[in-house]
Amino acid sequence: MPGSPIVFFILAVVAVGTAIGMLVSKNTVYSALLLALNFVTVAMLYLILGAPFIAFSQITVYAGSIMVLFLFVIMLLGAERLPKSENLRWQHWVAIPLVVILAADFALNLFRSAGSGAEAAATGANFGDPVAIGELLFTRYALPFEITAVILLSAAVGAIMLAKPDRPTSSRKQRTGTME
Amino acid sequence: MIPASYYLALSAVMFVIGVLGVLIKRNALVIFMSLELMFNSANLAFVTFARLYGNLDGQLFVFFVMTVAAAEVAIGLALMVEIFRTKHSIDTDQLNSLKG
Repeated sequence: MPGSPIVFFILAVVAVGTAIGMLVSKNTVYSALLLALNFVTVAMLYLILGAPFIAFSQITVYAGSIMVLFLFVIMLLGAERLPKSENLRWQHWVAIPLVVILAADFALNLFRSAGSGAEAAATGANFGDPVAIGELLFTRYALPFEITAVILLSAAVGAIMLAKPDRPTSSRKQRTGTME
Repeated sequence: MIPASYYLALSAVMFVIGVLGVLIKRNALVIFMSLELMFNSANLAFVTFARLYGNLDGQLFVFFVMTVAAAEVAIGLALMVEIFRTKHSIDTDQLNSLKG
């Protein structure tokens, strides 16, 4: 019974628990793994909400590639054993009241607007399946879809340019220097 | 069925945890992960509203947010590797100068 409250509450507890665990964990690798579990839990919520295509893109894109990239960088940098420096304790005393104000704002708005207990509209059997999403993606959202292709290409080129070692450019500079 | 406000409340809680992480953490990688958590909670709100109004546009928007987040992660982690190479640290307290 995917729509039952028990499933929702279990998933909600796991999602919030992994999010808090990510913050309090001392080891960055554990933080990344807890965040991956959080992504999978949210993907299950997407499935309950009738978004199977988004749920599986979430698992492949977020829990798959993005978390692998995070873990790769953490282990490459050896960041899991960085020393803890807590020399700016006053920032906590500024941050925590601000976060409490934000949470109160969210709670107030939720209570005021969605407090009526509005239930989800009944949807057709093919709501949110890959066919429906793809049809919309290539008709009404064709231009944004093409723009995301350009964004991803420029991000890939930018990441390669940033992570590239300096040696090839300096050797080319030397070569042009000898030519001059 | 579960009221849509429950999903929105869960989304709000996750967003607040993400903001807390960005504000109090020193490790740049954990700050980055908190950003991803905030993206995720916003996506959950989008999908909830898509279901609430029976409209697929919210799910399409989640798809675009995911692609932009993937691009952002690629650039951000490349920047972090570069910063670690020059500073030998990704502690945000140490990154207080613009000179290389």
